[in-house]
Amino acid sequence: MKKNLLMLHTITRIVAFIILSFSVFLFFAGHNNPGGGFIGGLMTAAALLLLYVSFDIKSIKKVIPFNYTTMIAVGMLFAIGTGVASMLRGFPFLTQFDKYVTFPILGKVHLTTALPFDLGVYLVVVGVTLLSILTIAEDDA
Amino acid sequence: MLETSLTIALIIMSFSIFVCFIRVVKGPTMSDRVVALDTIGITLIGIIGIVMIIQNTLAYADVILVIAILAFIGSIAFAKFIEGGVVFDRDHR
Repeated sequence: MKKNLLMLHTITRIVAFIILSFSVFLFFAGHNNPGGGFIGGLMTAAALLLLYVSFDIKSIKKVIPFNYTTMIAVGMLFAIGTGVASMLRGFPFLTQFDKYVTFPILGKVHLTTALPFDLGVYLVVVGVTLLSILTIAEDDA
Repeated sequence: MLETSLTIALIIMSFSIFVCFIRVVKGPTMSDRVVALDTIGITLIGIIGIVMIIQNTLAYADVILVIAILAFIGSIAFAKFIEGGVVFDRDHR
């Protein structure tokens, strides 16, 4: 039976980008406002999940060729590497540094080493959520 | 004056959620329950907005968007499950 899901596909093409930009906003707002790596990763996973639900798994795997197992490993490497980088300069593990840097266009930006750590959390959350859901979905019942 | 009207609005919204809950419990079909759960989610967004006005804060603004997104995705997943029996299509074409 061939189903015609025109309305769902059209809505998904718009809404997925709105959810993705909201997740990026939540990820960067985590330092001073509610948000952070965990909820940002969950919202990114929700946007990708909407794509997987709306279209079929095979074509979305062609569009988004991520290996989620590798994504979990890269996220853990980011989080550990943030700690080891402070050890290399003679400070204890996971010591936080921050600095005010003036960029040409953006102006004065508060850069911290908590951001790469949060990026690691983000990647691990996206990878774990999508890997578990897609593994269950592809299981032959 | 504002406090009184906000309290009245909260009471009306709580009653609306209660009515939707009755529909969730004794809905004859699956579709009735899904629509009632979606309506509960939307009403919950309104309640959080009123609570934000009462507590005079902006801290819950992200929660509103997150609840809206989750209710939307949940309703779509349930609709696909009712329609075809599967949530994820293996190969559509």
